Amino acid sequence: MNPQDLLYSKDHEWVRVEGEDGTVGITEHAQKELGDIVYVEAPETGAEVKAGDEVGTIESVKAVSPLYSPLSGEVLEANGGLDDAPELLNQEPYGNGWIYRMKLGDIGELDGLMKAEDYEKLVSSEE
Amino acid sequence: MSNDGTTFREPLIFDIGGEGRTGYALPPLDVPEADLAAVLGEGNVRDTIRGFPEVSEVEVVRHYYRLSKWNYCIENGLYPLGSCTMKHNPRINEVMARIPGFAESHPLRPTSAAQGNLELLHSLSELLAEITGMDAVTLHPCAGSHGELTGMMMVKAHFDHIGEPRQTVLIPDSAHGTNPASAVICGFQAKEIPSGPDGCVDLERLEAEMTEDVAALMLTNPNTLGIFEKQIDRIAEIVHARGGLVYMDGANMNALLGKVRPGDTGVDVLHLNLHKTFSTPHGGGGPGSGPVAVKKVLEPYLPLPVIIREGEPADACYGEDYDRPRSIGRIGAFFGNFGVAVRALSYILSMGGEGLSRISEMAVLNANYIRKKLEPHFHLTYHSPVLHEVVFDDKHQAAHGVAVGDMAKRLLDFGFHPPTVSFPLIVQGAIMIEPTESEPREELDRFIAAMIQIAGEAERDPELVKGAPRSTPVSRLDEVTAARKPVLRWVPAEPDGE
Amino acid sequence: MRRFIPNSNADRTAMLEQIGVANIEALFDHIPDQLRFRGELKVPGPLSEPELAARMSELAEANTPVRPADAFLGAGAYAHYLPAALDGIISRYEFLSAYTPYQAEVSQGTLQAIFEFQTMICQLTGMDVANGSLYDGATAVAEAVLMSLRVSRSRKRVVVAGALNPLYRDVVRTYLGNLGIELDEVPFGADGTVKPADLDGHLDGASCLVLQHPNFFGRLEDMAGMAAAAHDAGAHLVVAVSETVSLGLLTPPGEQGADIVAGNGASFGNALTFGGPGVGFIAGRQKMVRSLPGRLAGQTTDQDGRTGYVLTLSTREQHIRRAKATSNICTNQALCATAATVFMSLMGRGGARELARQNTLKAHYARGRLTAVDGVEDVFPGPCFNEFVLRLPGDAAKIAEALLEKKILAGLPLGRFYPEMAGAMLFCVTEVNSRESIDRLAETLEGAL
Repeated sequence: MNPQDLLYSKDHEWVRVEGEDGTVGITEHAQKELGDIVYVEAPETGAEVKAGDEVGTIESVKAVSPLYSPLSGEVLEANGGLDDAPELLNQEPYGNGWIYRMKLGDIGELDGLMKAEDYEKLVSSEE
Repeated sequence: MSNDGTTFREPLIFDIGGEGRTGYALPPLDVPEADLAAVLGEGNVRDTIRGFPEVSEVEVVRHYYRLSKWNYCIENGLYPLGSCTMKHNPRINEVMARIPGFAESHPLRPTSAAQGNLELLHSLSELLAEITGMDAVTLHPCAGSHGELTGMMMVKAHFDHIGEPRQTVLIPDSAHGTNPASAVICGFQAKEIPSGPDGCVDLERLEAEMTEDVAALMLTNPNTLGIFEKQIDRIAEIVHARGGLVYMDGANMNALLGKVRPGDTGVDVLHLNLHKTFSTPHGGGGPGSGPVAVKKVLEPYLPLPVIIREGEPADACYGEDYDRPRSIGRIGAFFGNFGVAVRALSYILSMGGEGLSRISEMAVLNANYIRKKLEPHFHLTYHSPVLHEVVFDDKHQAAHGVAVGDMAKRLLDFGFHPPTVSFPLIVQGAIMIEPTESEPREELDRFIAAMIQIAGEAERDPELVKGAPRSTPVSRLDEVTAARKPVLRWVPAEPDGE
Repeated sequence: MRRFIPNSNADRTAMLEQIGVANIEALFDHIPDQLRFRGELKVPGPLSEPELAARMSELAEANTPVRPADAFLGAGAYAHYLPAALDGIISRYEFLSAYTPYQAEVSQGTLQAIFEFQTMICQLTGMDVANGSLYDGATAVAEAVLMSLRVSRSRKRVVVAGALNPLYRDVVRTYLGNLGIELDEVPFGADGTVKPADLDGHLDGASCLVLQHPNFFGRLEDMAGMAAAAHDAGAHLVVAVSETVSLGLLTPPGEQGADIVAGNGASFGNALTFGGPGVGFIAGRQKMVRSLPGRLAGQTTDQDGRTGYVLTLSTREQHIRRAKATSNICTNQALCATAATVFMSLMGRGGARELARQNTLKAHYARGRLTAVDGVEDVFPGPCFNEFVLRLPGDAAKIAEALLEKKILAGLPLGRFYPEMAGAMLFCVTEVNSRESIDRLAETLEGAL
């Protein structure tokens, strides 16, 4: 089940909003589709990103998937824990597998994201 | 436990031997001794090479002999890898490449002292031009992708020269990964165009995408599905009408020898793989050779040096031409993989023109034979006629939870190297089979029987397939950990240990 | 030619019947007629083995025969003795005809040999990680430069120290030509090397400095000093090595501050063969591992806990990353790298050092003998490995011709690459040249002047 307190993008990412900041990760559905994650290239601290930009990559053994930023803003921190343990992305996609934290540039963009219920409908329609 | 390396783990060479063991004897020094630090300068002489092996010849030979037993090779049996053309490597080619006049010749010999080598290169170039219907050939590229890079550099140089800085290269989504990679290294942007429902280039899409910013279309013919691009002349027209050039990836040339000459179909530049079509050995991943053939329009841009012949054939003299102001320059230090060129020329002369035609005929027959026999058991993604290779997918077996990768591993238990799997990317669960002409019918029948059995196992006993391989020296390897925590070299047990 | 195509006419007929196809032409007739070639390929043959052997021998004999001991050419390709056991191994079918080791379970031989190669390159160069080979020394240095540019991202300049093999420099120039990267060259000084002081201003905004060691003239460079200068400017030091035998005795670049080491390993175990196939290699620091081009063999375990080897970090490569790959390289030089590994194993720790020692001392002896000839002078005094440059009284190319008539292959006349040095010749001496042949060279040279 996808946590109710998060917002979701059509690219299978989630955002946890905390005041003016957001934490970004990928969903349970996404990690299952990707298979065993071997490496994550997250955006650099301080980078300015726009919603929809390709800001990094997620690698499994045989494929590389782009990581898109669901929102615009400034990257505050990437999850260093993923350097040593990329498997966290598979094991705890909503917890310790978070990818980066950012300062939200435009709160209005949150309206473009989905609630858990709508995201689940999207996943069902894709399957 | 047996001693042939198949049931115990051969250690690394670094874990064999011991201090003072040696595998090589140089003659005693026959010039005066001198202090190395004085000759080379203080601080330029290293300490001993820590961790380097100390083993006798006996141990070296045993070690690599045992390792060799863990390799599948073409002498084992069929290698049905699509677009790899794993054909028999004639032994005579090895003997020819070792002739001392070739093997011991230095690349910077004066031209007058290298006439035999230069004639060989010139002769092979002419034959490859004849076979492909093109105007000129360079043998400098060391592999197919090196050839692609060279060819695309020539395309770029051409447009720079005529003052049209075109930025884009169109590449079908069925293409081999080297195509877009090579285009990008040349400074182009690679734009993917989707294939049509028949697996071939979609002419409407091509027309829409073909602008005056497109330098070239890179395509493979027959394509990576083994299907001949029947509209190649129309495709070339569309590209040429907007001033672009057509690059052909010649990896699948084994289907066309003596039947179609790419130069006659509108292709402007192509590369060949001598280690595919022309029988030179794969060596575990090289060396190869990727000659590039061009039409006159691109001839001025050929890499340096160009081998030229002066005088009548009976009295000819060969030289290296560096006076080519529009050349893209050097793409390698010397003359490419000359040893591979020797092998390829040996092969071509062994076959003759008639033999080359026969190669394609049999390659295509063998592939169609397999297609017909496997069609009842595997889902055929595209129903167009195929030439030298055929692509099925795992749709039927996936319904039982068995994927193409599992079936590939199960084939190992039957003593076969698997076909290419999961490529081309446009086919979900692709399995790409190219037998080549050098397989006897009986070997094809054995392979077909194994594939049919595996298809049956996928239905009746999926776990058997998914747990494969069971009879190989190692079982499935943990590629995930290998990528998460790469171990790319041996390190000594004790950091200070010698 | 039938001996390579097993299926006979009878087999063909039976197979066609089984698949319900009338004849071979029917398999091609979907190809539009205007695209079909209906002629006969103008290709000589088919030749039987004896005929082929005769023809190829004829070609080989058209090369001027010179005993290896009487050849003194280097300049990026080096003649070394190859032990008999080596060919016995790499001509084994299992190494020779095996495919790329994508199916690791049946390719452990190749994969383990490549893993050993990677290790030995690291041990020799003093670096952390090395790949499973590239095409040759020139393209390896080009790939090293591209790697540096990838890592440093926004820098658009590359600086080359002037005594880099001119063939390598030309290839780097070709590779960079389409990428909008400026290639700057610092001329070598009077002693045939490039010093940190000569770099004044050249390194601003540079991604890397490329330094060959030993350099094209055989001279030893100040790697540590150049590394410091490069690092001060925020650039990488790329050390190019074209004669890997030198690594058996010279201080490893990795211990002198090199960030990337690249070059040609063909001296280990590969015959000259007119310059190819060679063995390009590239080695870097651990933190750059994901920027390395080409294949990498990694150690892992199988389902039963046994040690095994696989190609790894494949997402860098073209077959996965496609347009964004670290390189377009696919086929590399695996068999040649395997040959290098076997050769290095036979040499071993002691042999690698002794081989380099003999090369050094024979070259030193030859240099002394040749400069004792009237009119012959050292051009670049100072320490050299197994190559050195001498000035001859007269045109070096003409003198080389005269020596060739006496069946001696002299050094490289440098006028070919440096028009202002038409009287200079680059000599190479390896363990293959005996004292007797060196003396003969000196005597013959004296006679020719």
